[in-house]
Amino acid sequence: MLRRRVIPCLDVADGRVVKGTRFVDLVDEGDPPELAERYAREGADELVFLDIAAAPERRGTLLDIVERTARRAFIPLTVGGGVRTVAEMRDVLRAGADKVSLNTAAVADPTLISRCAARFGRQAVVVAIDARRRVADSGREAMTLDEPSWEVVVKGGREATDLEAIAWAERAVELGAGELLVTSMDRDGTGDGFDTELLRAISSRVQVPVIASGGAAGPSDFVAAVRDGGADAVLAASIFHRRIHSIAAVKAAMAEAGLPVRLVPEAAA
Amino acid sequence: MSGPRIAVVDYGAGNLVSIEQALTRVGAAVTVARDAEALRGADALVVPGVGAARPAMERLARAGLIDPIREWIAADRPFLGVCLGLQLLFDGSDEDGAQTLGVLGGRTVRLEDTPTLPHIGWNQVVRTAAHPLFDGIDDGADFYFVHSYVGAPIDDAVVAATTEHGRPFVSAVARGPLLGVQFHPERSGDDGLRLLANFTGLVAASAVAA
Repeated sequence: MLRRRVIPCLDVADGRVVKGTRFVDLVDEGDPPELAERYAREGADELVFLDIAAAPERRGTLLDIVERTARRAFIPLTVGGGVRTVAEMRDVLRAGADKVSLNTAAVADPTLISRCAARFGRQAVVVAIDARRRVADSGREAMTLDEPSWEVVVKGGREATDLEAIAWAERAVELGAGELLVTSMDRDGTGDGFDTELLRAISSRVQVPVIASGGAAGPSDFVAAVRDGGADAVLAASIFHRRIHSIAAVKAAMAEAGLPVRLVPEAAA
Repeated sequence: MSGPRIAVVDYGAGNLVSIEQALTRVGAAVTVARDAEALRGADALVVPGVGAARPAMERLARAGLIDPIREWIAADRPFLGVCLGLQLLFDGSDEDGAQTLGVLGGRTVRLEDTPTLPHIGWNQVVRTAAHPLFDGIDDGADFYFVHSYVGAPIDDAVVAATTEHGRPFVSAVARGPLLGVQFHPERSGDDGLRLLANFTGLVAASAVAA
């Protein structure tokens, strides 16, 4: 039976792992390949690198980090942040990534998803969706609490779009996304738990795996993301970087709740 | 003395760093082969790759590698196909109608009745018969998969292991020195490295015998 994955996320800026709250206030958390190797040893099922600086002139730094990581950690690696073309995706894959996640550039030009899927296969194309819950206000009378909806935000949360997150998720899959990385911007870095309502709304409408992201505080949140949100994999950053919870502890809680997980016997607690 | 010489075929189908590094880690002397000339002197061939069959076959054809790979397998020399590299061994692929290498009878078909597709993540590999490729690895150990299609051999005798996602499918094949795995040993942690070490050991033994 397919295991539910636990995925540490490494936000990378200028060659270092950083973490912020609601996408800002960045704090240095370490060297990417070193952290990646530690997580692989501790039982991570996969790793995600997000280049949150994503400045074109620093592309070489990212590719170097990807390659050094691929040579040290023998688990799958997804890389995202600033990939805008098929050629850039090719470079990241050749550096040692298994999958590339597309976000802002895919919103700007959705055909990027289909072009990348045609070239590398849909299994290599992850579409990352940063979603923010819409709240009813005077300008939007039609919005009620009975029908939650989320808007897609881009550029690391700095820019709103007019895309509705669930519709965009379905469209991205039609175009060739092989997996969706769904981040709740309202929850990111807050420790308030995953937005399981958002996750369920998307996972119930697509057949591709959904990775839950944004808001993990403890092991019970991982259980909720899978059981209530229908997520296939769960991603978190700060709770692992700061050793608040170990991957082993999270997986033990998931196993306890009856979810299939890959237990690594020698995993450090 | 260095380990057996293993040529990893590079035809532009994705991540080569991992397979090259993993084989190096377990003691192989790895070369990256982009044409037939580069196969000369190799003790074994590894064909990795992800994605669709047709573009892969087109790139192999452009590199002039289709006949050399067929001849390599026909000569009973050690071969390991990984993921798409396994699927290409069959007659053809339902994914895009491509005609593939045809060294194993059967077709590459879409996974059916799956809870999710693509099949991405760690899943159990259950052996149908003992094979030295899996020495030292627990039966039912988890390996990493990322695919939507899978090879369906006509001859059950070539099936070495199966895995279940929706329905059971063939996750490893073995016919003499011709080996193939649908999962990614280079991305499957310690058990994956052990499998590649076993393969490297088999290659070394056959190189001595030859």
